[in-house]
Amino acid sequence: MNNIEKSITGVYRLDEIAQRDIWINKLSPLAKLITTVAYIATVVSFNKYDFTGLLGMIIYLIVLFVLGDISFKESLVRLRIVLPIVCIVGIINPFMDRGVILTIGGIGISGGVISMITLMMKGVFSVLSSYIFIASTSIEKIGHAFRQLHIPKVIVTMILLIYRYIIVFMKEVLKISQAYSLRAPGQKGINIKSWGPLVGQLILRSYDRADMVYSSMCLRGFNGEFPVSDENCGVKGVLKGILFVLIVGVYLYVFRKYPVFEIVGGMM
Amino acid sequence: MHMADALVSPAVAGTMYVASAIAAGISIKKIHLEENPKKIPLMGVMGAFVFATQMINFTIPGTGSSGHLCGGMLLSALLGPYAGFLTMIGVLLIQCLMFADGGILALGCNVWNMAFYGCFVGSLIIWRFIMKKGASRIKIFAASIAGCMLTLQMGAFSVVVETMCSGVTELPFKTFAMAMQPIHLAIGLVEGLITGCVLMFIYEARPELLWGIGRSDSSKNNGKLTFKVTMAVLAVSTVVIAGGLSLAASSYPDGLEWSIEKLTGSTELEAEGGVYEDTANIQKVTAIFPDYQLKNSDTPAGTSISGIAGGLIVVALCLAGCYILKFVKHQKREHEQY
Repeated sequence: MNNIEKSITGVYRLDEIAQRDIWINKLSPLAKLITTVAYIATVVSFNKYDFTGLLGMIIYLIVLFVLGDISFKESLVRLRIVLPIVCIVGIINPFMDRGVILTIGGIGISGGVISMITLMMKGVFSVLSSYIFIASTSIEKIGHAFRQLHIPKVIVTMILLIYRYIIVFMKEVLKISQAYSLRAPGQKGINIKSWGPLVGQLILRSYDRADMVYSSMCLRGFNGEFPVSDENCGVKGVLKGILFVLIVGVYLYVFRKYPVFEIVGGMM
Repeated sequence: MHMADALVSPAVAGTMYVASAIAAGISIKKIHLEENPKKIPLMGVMGAFVFATQMINFTIPGTGSSGHLCGGMLLSALLGPYAGFLTMIGVLLIQCLMFADGGILALGCNVWNMAFYGCFVGSLIIWRFIMKKGASRIKIFAASIAGCMLTLQMGAFSVVVETMCSGVTELPFKTFAMAMQPIHLAIGLVEGLITGCVLMFIYEARPELLWGIGRSDSSKNNGKLTFKVTMAVLAVSTVVIAGGLSLAASSYPDGLEWSIEKLTGSTELEAEGGVYEDTANIQKVTAIFPDYQLKNSDTPAGTSISGIAGGLIVVALCLAGCYILKFVKHQKREHEQY
């Protein structure tokens, strides 16, 4: 399976798991968006040497992965993009920051090593929390949350349209790539002579498609905005959302302000 | 060049969100949607097109490697800078949500680094300037290469500045910049070549689709912005961002100095004294053994063996609790079914 096929499968899979009938999927999308952003902001705000403090942030992930019935294995695939970037930036830290700040069994561990590990942890935690959000919230619900935040309708409508057409275009690109590779076996990519005509034709077809899309939208009464709604936004849904934000907010505050793990470890 | 959440501090991320939101606000005002409602589906379809096309690998002649399209420049040349910028926001948001390519918190940085420079600098300044007296194949090619190379250089430099201001790397600024800039010069050249080839084809097949080449009056009016106003927008944005980022930078202590100070015995931390005092008080009250910390394990930032042990215990308890809860729920559901 090539990259495009993998991406198409990935989008279908995310759509599928975001539609499940489970408590986390029924939560208010705005509440999930707020908590996800707050969680990531808290994670990245930890000091680069605060390993145990940062470790406390794992509780949120554990609880939501287990209770939300979200596959941890599938989420790991998403780390393939983030981890190399974070590693490149962090790998230099052990060489530049050599001051020993921790000794375990007579072996000194430098600040650089600790800061490299915390940087990687921040990368992993933020990606996993974003995955929890997207795996439990469909793009339509995210659009609804954006509108609640007063993000302009032009942006929300465009995002929904991009999402709807991604699969169509990816399939078209896949067909083009496969047709090209069958005619030019053994080539790694597309030759310079074909760059213009190949993608150019696709652009022209996209323009024509946009015309058709617009006509269809007008026929269905498009007035500049897609009707994005959330069926769980009644009073009960709002209250559940508020409760979720409060619980996560208290957790983030406590674990950010106090070294909970150290206190528990000390008690033992 | 997509930045991950781990590479930015909340202050830097917030500043860049504000800067990108201002640019988005200006773009929404400028695209005159009321006059041209067709633009929304066009932006959506073109966004999906760029998203999908970026997955095609283009072989770079004479090398074993490949490159991909420069989305910002291409979209701006087709839709105009403002609509192109908004479309790029959509593309970057979906890349971040669906494929974890860039973080949610770092989205403001990514929009600025990739969409703002590509659409506003690449299109409003370079493309417009070169196409001022009409378009030709050579001009389109030159504008694509110059635009992609310059905007990628600016984007890469912004990545360096944002990462340094966030204080996540020990790399000296000069070394980091020297590592980032040359590689993005090569990437910019390749992306420029690909974008140029595609735009040249469009110019020959349907030139009326290209923005700002003086063939269509309506397309000319859509993106009208004088050079002075463009420069003023850029200058104000630079001041806002530079000011914001410097504030963000000054709020974080230098890590190396801080750790050395700790190693030499000084325990006073001006920036975090309050938190540590509170923490100490709680520990005094709750700790069963006040001197619980193992020898040589007490560190400035709380990285201690007891902390790790405590962490493992809490994680184990948390896992056990979650699974028990899940089991009980499962049993309850099964019971209800029968």
